[in-house]
Amino acid sequence: MLSSYLTLAAILFCIGLYGALVKRNAVVVLLSIELMLNAVNLNLVAFSKYGAVPALSGQVFTLFTIAVSAAEAAVGIAVLIALFRARGTVNVDEFDEMRR
Amino acid sequence: MFNVPLTGEFVAFFVLSVIIISGAVLMVSFAKVIHMVVSLAAVFIGIAGMFILLNADFLAFVQVLIYAGAVSILMIFGIMMTKHQDAEAEKGRPSHEALAAVGALALFGILFYAIRQTEFPVSQPAQLVEDSALEIGKLLFTGYVVPFELVSVVLTVAFIGAIVLAKKEAD
Repeated sequence: MLSSYLTLAAILFCIGLYGALVKRNAVVVLLSIELMLNAVNLNLVAFSKYGAVPALSGQVFTLFTIAVSAAEAAVGIAVLIALFRARGTVNVDEFDEMRR
Repeated sequence: MFNVPLTGEFVAFFVLSVIIISGAVLMVSFAKVIHMVVSLAAVFIGIAGMFILLNADFLAFVQVLIYAGAVSILMIFGIMMTKHQDAEAEKGRPSHEALAAVGALALFGILFYAIRQTEFPVSQPAQLVEDSALEIGKLLFTGYVVPFELVSVVLTVAFIGAIVLAKKEAD
């Protein structure tokens, strides 16, 4: 049963990775990152039940991940809104100041 | 995977994984950003169901509250406050997309091979705790006090920083 959960999380992580690499809209890139974080959470909770040493620590780590990813989403959206005011676009391939 | 007995847990796992994977695939393939957020909310709710399946009911509530509620609404705010009408206007990067797809598939292949090869030590699944919220609370205030307090500091700093960043320049 553990390997089923791990496989599902791997599928989810790879879909999120593909979205983060391909999409141009920065909001969608943030959404894909949330997808990858959710895959990690699923792994942590699965190990906290079916792992070699089942314990509640996995669930506590999941709580920390959720808190940090909520903070990341808030800061990411704020940066995005500030960038949109400055540049008038949200396409990630047009933010290229540091290349020039 | 096919020698798993057809128990209720397996059926629930199957249904929830169909919801999760189809939501994720739809998120990648939709053209409009709002539709992407809605299908991602389906993924989040499916993962909450998975948490219930794994005896983590407190985490399931947290998942619904934070992800399906707060993060989705935040993303919708972000979409509404930026330009979103020209949804994926030009699709002029086929080589880039193919390269990303090959990379993601290769990563999945490696992960799947590793999962298949690893011998996970068989142990009894953790016995049900009576009240997982109570147990997590005890753990948070004994073993994990310092990380817990650091998380509160991180949240405060992040939200103040978000307000400062998103505020209009007062000129």
